[in-house]
Amino acid sequence: MQPSKEKLLEMLRTMLLTRCFEDKLMELCQIPGKVPGMMILCTGQEAVASGVCAALEQDDVIIPNHRSHGHLLAKGADPGEVMAECFGKITGCNKGKSGTLHIAVPEVNALCTTTVVGGGIPIAAGTAFAQKYTSRKSITVCFFGDGAADEGSFHEALNLASLWDLPVIFVCENNLYAGAQRHEEHTRIRDIADRAAAYAMPGEVVDGNDAGAVYAATVRARERALAGLGPTLIECKTYRCRGHGESDHQVYQPREEIEAWKEKCPLPRLRGEMLAQGLMTHEELDRLEEEIRKTVEEAVRFAEESPYPDVAEAFTDVYV
Amino acid sequence: MQQLTMGQAVNQALREEMLRDFNVFIAGEGVGVSIHDNPLMPTAGLLKDFGPERVKDTPVSEAAIAGLAVGSSVMGLRPVVEIMFNPFVTIASDMIVNHAAKLRYLSGGKSTFPLVVRMKSGAGFGAGCQHSHNLEAWMAHCPGLKVVMPGTPADAKGLLKSAIRDDNPVVFIEDMMLYFIPGPVPEEEYTIPIGKADVKRVGSDVSIVSWSKMVGVALKGAQILAENGVDAEVVDLRTLLPLDRETLLTSVRKTGRLVVLHEATRTGGFAGEICAIVAEDALNSLKAPFRRVTGPDIPVPFSPPLERFYIPDENNLVEAVLGIM
Repeated sequence: MQPSKEKLLEMLRTMLLTRCFEDKLMELCQIPGKVPGMMILCTGQEAVASGVCAALEQDDVIIPNHRSHGHLLAKGADPGEVMAECFGKITGCNKGKSGTLHIAVPEVNALCTTTVVGGGIPIAAGTAFAQKYTSRKSITVCFFGDGAADEGSFHEALNLASLWDLPVIFVCENNLYAGAQRHEEHTRIRDIADRAAAYAMPGEVVDGNDAGAVYAATVRARERALAGLGPTLIECKTYRCRGHGESDHQVYQPREEIEAWKEKCPLPRLRGEMLAQGLMTHEELDRLEEEIRKTVEEAVRFAEESPYPDVAEAFTDVYV
Repeated sequence: MQQLTMGQAVNQALREEMLRDFNVFIAGEGVGVSIHDNPLMPTAGLLKDFGPERVKDTPVSEAAIAGLAVGSSVMGLRPVVEIMFNPFVTIASDMIVNHAAKLRYLSGGKSTFPLVVRMKSGAGFGAGCQHSHNLEAWMAHCPGLKVVMPGTPADAKGLLKSAIRDDNPVVFIEDMMLYFIPGPVPEEEYTIPIGKADVKRVGSDVSIVSWSKMVGVALKGAQILAENGVDAEVVDLRTLLPLDRETLLTSVRKTGRLVVLHEATRTGGFAGEICAIVAEDALNSLKAPFRRVTGPDIPVPFSPPLERFYIPDENNLVEAVLGIM
């Protein structure tokens, strides 16, 4: 199913927001003490989260991974609360206990985010099991990278999800690098989607820089899941334009490769398509970009002005 | 009062909680159709009575089993999943240690994970060290988990019912050798609170602190000690995390002597934690050095005399107690 004009706008908006949000984080994490800890960005991969989440409903669950800003914002998380969490502030989504890496936003059914590579995949089978057990008309999407497909958890969970026809979509964001290892250095197979065959589920390769194609594949997989036909593995081919984290100098990524992929950046692509097709005017685009710039500025202001948690907060939420 | 083995008591707890709450389901390798088909096993008969929708036999996939628990619990279900033997928890440990235990904290208290992971433990059935390895100290090292190790059928039933109703992830370790030993279990509905130790024998000369199968050994040892004029108190911790420090310290302050008894290996074993707590908070009450009676620092051996040697018995305990009297 091709996306409607509204869906295209929604995806463009999410992609612009994610890029603007992360560009700001990229800048802020260079200032000592401002945004503590690791900083992992999805620059260049925004079409995956935007395309997938545009095909989901509020009740659908997502289980993001360590590269999650795009997933969370696309599912509707509040940019101010996500930013405050990155700062480690009490007003953050998780009171500063997560930081950027494992933000949970149950309000939008992003129930948990995990940074253990492949860790979200068995959990997604579990949330999907609950959806089936309670006859909910909703599904789960699990986001993970190409590196996660080498974990045992991937294989255990796909096998179980297929065996029990669980309503889950496994979205592999193949950004060509698992840590410092290029695709062909960590697996012999060319397409991760081929692994779906081992578990008797459909495996689809999608241009992960084409938000519309990601959306269409997700709509198909979601319909299949809701019809009780079980899981789908969607491999979105994309590229990690930044390092694994911001402290990674990308010594192993050829400059020309990065430049070539920047040419294929999903953002100008969708923007260009929408302008060319007359789905929006330059003025409308300018207004949208201005609105997003203000949203991110407001998010940063909120994070900066918010207090850090009191030390006593360290002892809460360990147990119910 | 009915006489049940621990396997039957666990079975009753599962059955009652499944009848009480549709959100409770069980999953694991052979929880329905089992290679250990025996009416005394904890999940015997549940498939027949509750059907395959709620009694889920899984592939041999410990990570997926534990992940199923994490994911379904955050959605509001109350999974009780089984890891067949304690050593196999290594394969499921990412889900338990990094996810079940930490995701609530990481969410700032927004998400909850009301799950139970049951596992069999203990040496004594000749299966060797990859089936017999008590790893409770690993689990107790993970804030966010509760770790329960019952020593009697009645405690197992009451504690498991509490574990299932608890909104936190609970690791529930059942010693396999207790599955076949009957004991009294109340007929009426009851639960036993997690985090409360139980003084199984009141005494005045020494506190023997133990849990799980070793509680029975402690009681046997106390009987022998009584014949030798030593009045031992037996404290069954029942829960390692959260630990009932108050009952522990009250007992040691009263008796002035401490011997900790567990089957798990010595180095890094939970006895060290108990002794440290007593040294920190009740050192002045001690009339003698504390002692640990534990499995030796070796993998559980197979050969019957070696396996018997590995498991601490009442003679080891009596010797240790008499050594500090």
